[in-house]
Amino acid sequence: MSAVRSTPPKAPELDIRKTYKLYIDGKFVRTESGRTYQVAGGRVNAPRGSRKDVRNAVAAARKAFDGWSGRTAYNRGQVIYRIAEMLDARRGEFVSLLGKGPAAEREVDQAVDSLVWYAGWCDKLHAVAGTVNPVAGPYFNFTFPEPTGVVGLIAPEEPALLGLVRHLAPALCGGNVIVALVSESQPLAGLVFGEALATSDVPAGVVNLVSGSHSELLAILAGHMDVNAIDVAACNDSEVKQVQLLAEANVKRIVRSDGTHSLEAITSLMEMKTVWHPIGH
Amino acid sequence: MAAVTSTPIEALLRQVPPVDQVAVEERAASLASRSIKKSSKLWALDLAIRVMDLTTLEGADTTGRVRSLCAKALRPAPGDPSIPHTAAVCVYPSMAAVARECVGDSGVHVASVVTAFPSGQSFLAVKVAEVKTAVAAGADEVDMVIARGAFLAGDYAKVYDEIVAVRKACGEAHLKVILETGELGSYDAVRRASHIAMAAGADFIKTSTGKVSPAATLPVSLVMMEAIRDWYQFTGRAVGFKPAGGIKTAKQAIAHLVLVNETLGADWLTPERYRIGASSLLNDILMQIAKQRSGVYSSAGYFTEA
Amino acid sequence: MAVNTPPRLGFEYAPAPEATDHFQLAGVYKLFLDGEFVAPASEQHLATINPATEETLAEVSVANEADVDRAVKAARKAFATWSKLPGSTRARYLFRISRIIQERARELAIVESMDGGKPIKESRDVDIPIAAAHFHYYAGWADKLEWAFPNRKASPIGVAGQIIPWNFPLLMLAWKIAPALACGNTVVLKPARTTPLTALLFAQICQQAELPPGVVNIVTGISSTGAAMVAHPDIDKIAFTGSTDVGKYIMRTTAGTRKRLTLELGGKSANIVFDDAPLDQAVEGIINGIFFNQGHVCCAGSRLLVQESIAAPFLDKLRARMARLRVGNPLDKNTDIGAINSADQLQTIKEYVESGITEGAEIFQPPCELPKRGFWFPPTVFSNVSQSHRIAREEIFGPVLSTLTFRTPEEAVAKANNTPYGLAAGIWTDKGSQILWMAQHLNAGVVWANTYNRFDPTSPFGGYKESGFGREGGWHGLHPYLELH
Repeated sequence: MSAVRSTPPKAPELDIRKTYKLYIDGKFVRTESGRTYQVAGGRVNAPRGSRKDVRNAVAAARKAFDGWSGRTAYNRGQVIYRIAEMLDARRGEFVSLLGKGPAAEREVDQAVDSLVWYAGWCDKLHAVAGTVNPVAGPYFNFTFPEPTGVVGLIAPEEPALLGLVRHLAPALCGGNVIVALVSESQPLAGLVFGEALATSDVPAGVVNLVSGSHSELLAILAGHMDVNAIDVAACNDSEVKQVQLLAEANVKRIVRSDGTHSLEAITSLMEMKTVWHPIGH
Repeated sequence: MAAVTSTPIEALLRQVPPVDQVAVEERAASLASRSIKKSSKLWALDLAIRVMDLTTLEGADTTGRVRSLCAKALRPAPGDPSIPHTAAVCVYPSMAAVARECVGDSGVHVASVVTAFPSGQSFLAVKVAEVKTAVAAGADEVDMVIARGAFLAGDYAKVYDEIVAVRKACGEAHLKVILETGELGSYDAVRRASHIAMAAGADFIKTSTGKVSPAATLPVSLVMMEAIRDWYQFTGRAVGFKPAGGIKTAKQAIAHLVLVNETLGADWLTPERYRIGASSLLNDILMQIAKQRSGVYSSAGYFTEA
Repeated sequence: MAVNTPPRLGFEYAPAPEATDHFQLAGVYKLFLDGEFVAPASEQHLATINPATEETLAEVSVANEADVDRAVKAARKAFATWSKLPGSTRARYLFRISRIIQERARELAIVESMDGGKPIKESRDVDIPIAAAHFHYYAGWADKLEWAFPNRKASPIGVAGQIIPWNFPLLMLAWKIAPALACGNTVVLKPARTTPLTALLFAQICQQAELPPGVVNIVTGISSTGAAMVAHPDIDKIAFTGSTDVGKYIMRTTAGTRKRLTLELGGKSANIVFDDAPLDQAVEGIINGIFFNQGHVCCAGSRLLVQESIAAPFLDKLRARMARLRVGNPLDKNTDIGAINSADQLQTIKEYVESGITEGAEIFQPPCELPKRGFWFPPTVFSNVSQSHRIAREEIFGPVLSTLTFRTPEEAVAKANNTPYGLAAGIWTDKGSQILWMAQHLNAGVVWANTYNRFDPTSPFGGYKESGFGREGGWHGLHPYLELH
């Protein structure tokens, strides 16, 4: 008798789940604290960043500052445009992380738009926000914007991707380096955005993404003496006050941009430098 | 590429610092705003006469004109013994003997311009001969012009060598070297030329012939005095300074003296180290002295023409 | 042979004091509220003295909370109409004010020097003319805001509370008031405790110009007056120039409010001399950088960084030049260094100089005879200073220069930037590319190359890092007084 060997029906392949990590100094790292918290309806363990993660992120950002701010404006514009390309290339993953459907599609579109818009500003903002000043004397005098330095960004809870991108893009455009706290409740799109950055010629440390408890990390970032500015767009009034109280220690610039496209979103994170030189022979 | 060679003077010039035009002009303007009043004004006006090289350098100069000039130099205000004589009279070489005869041993020196003044465009042999002749004719001091053509062509060695030759021809006579700053084009060039002249043995460096404008401006004077100060610092040799050309009023003269005072100091406020080359300045100073003394403004008619 | 002793002076300049007989100060000054001089609710007054003689010049009012509140109410009321005036009308008021300052320039200069101790040649040639120029400059912007910010709608912020320091009293007033008014704001301004007089003369100028009541209010007083302004709920913006400590206090105090801030704070600016610099002019620049206004200048070049290869001869030149500085009567037209602004400030300076000596730096002060009465300090330079010395790190705000050396441009930048401050920097070199490289790498809001301490209404001024934020002057100086929509 010949036995018929029946193959059991093929079970659906088990998902390969992604382990979500912080993005610090160009590397995807677990939080040094080893802590996680559950997001996405409890399905995903997101890293719960710590004081030391923020410290490492600020150190990485500082280290990256001279290189990034020293790039030509043309080059920075190309790199930011490259982020848009990489974001667009991963559109499927982002749309899915953002809950699929037209709203998610639109959010990715707008995030790409924002990057493209600010990419184009890199080599133009000096012409619009810089001046040549006709002083009353034999001097050539001009003013031009320079990046403020290390910018702390508290990204809004939502839109989880667009909220991060449209605050991050103007800061990057001006030549700053960034430590961002991504959306606390929906951190995944923000963390995965790190993968777009990692593949877009953005030098290590220029953007650092940390997930976790905003109430825990806000004070670390706002009090850090090597952070030059904070964008508190996503903070409520009491958080803003907390940041303001801590910001005085090193006279941090506090910016409250609303995320709409504007030149001031860039220049509010920049310093104006004025140079004088005699005109003679 | 040819081997790197340089004359000693070129090596020296590499150590001369650059000059910033705007800053030096601002410094000069700031010193010119010093307010010199009352006793210090009288003191400065008296000094301005004592350091003056009363000058006539015209093709039309005659024996009579030079005699008149010498008389004015000896007694700027006839009948007022409190007014000192000038430091020197400054004339063309052809007039040196006349001047010598007029001033005698009064203490007023005879300065003669030399070296194909004012252009300097002649042969070295002619220049040397002219210097010797002028000294023989009674010049205590000779005011030579540098070879600006050579300087502007970058032939610093030639400029230097020529001064050295003239220096030798001077014998005992005092040598003033005129840079003609108005033709040099920049303060950097003035500063370089000053160092060349001092290195070549100038007793004085002098701004201008009076035939080219601008002449003895305050900033150019400041640049030259800073060169003198540095030379003194580094070599210990004190070189004198003579601004000449364009100093017509007492106010200008006082501004120049303030500049000396605050750049080189008291040791230079003597005829041995400082002169002002001028012609019409003298009567303006006399008028200002009269005003300081009497309190009322005077008139040109009360002062003798040279 | 080196001859290091500075040559002695030849002639002494006879005193040349500016005459003061063509105007008279009032005995007592009231507050300027809503267009009128009114007695302070506090009923308190304080004497303002001449720091060169310690004589009382006048009594001024001390504004308390109630007085500040009256001033803010007047400003709020005036804002409703002032902000709605056509820009061209606001411009005309500012042009008028500029002209009146020019007309009364001599009086203002003399009062500035008497009240603050600065040399008359500085108040006459710098403070007052540039104050007038500031009003003239911003007058022109008042009706051109839509050209300044194309595509945007610019609206004023509201009531600005402005707190200014004692080092450039009228000039700082102009820096604050001119752009605020041009943009349609109204102001409450508090002059410094020790230098209130020119602000009160300015109040008279507002009356002469027939500026609508309440647009400018002047509250004299003490630190609690300023605190009342910072705490006042109906002030929309605080503009402050002064110490970093007070700036931080203002940041703390306004935390959680919607008040906008601009802060122009302290500095420890580096003046950097390379071996190829125009040395004699660099010496002048160093002198001007630290001894201008007795060193009471936030952007004073208080750290000299000199390339080691020329340090010795350069310091010789500097010391010789210092011996030429004339310290004395601020009203004398030949005075280079006047009186220290106050007894308190003199004490601060003395403490720092003590610390410099204690920490092992080498001090040089030229011989100079200081007047018996009044507050005086001789020009001072320290050499052999290390980065770690207090005199190399902290703002002294006096005529005291700390000298450090460097070997390479990279080291110069590293040392210059090694401070929490970032207000200004000076570069002295003959090499154009090096100037631009340095200018790019120095963390400072103002970089003077082959010059120092130049100011102009068209030129933005303000700091990086702990030297504050916001710019005053130029197109950029409009931003702090506008909301863009």
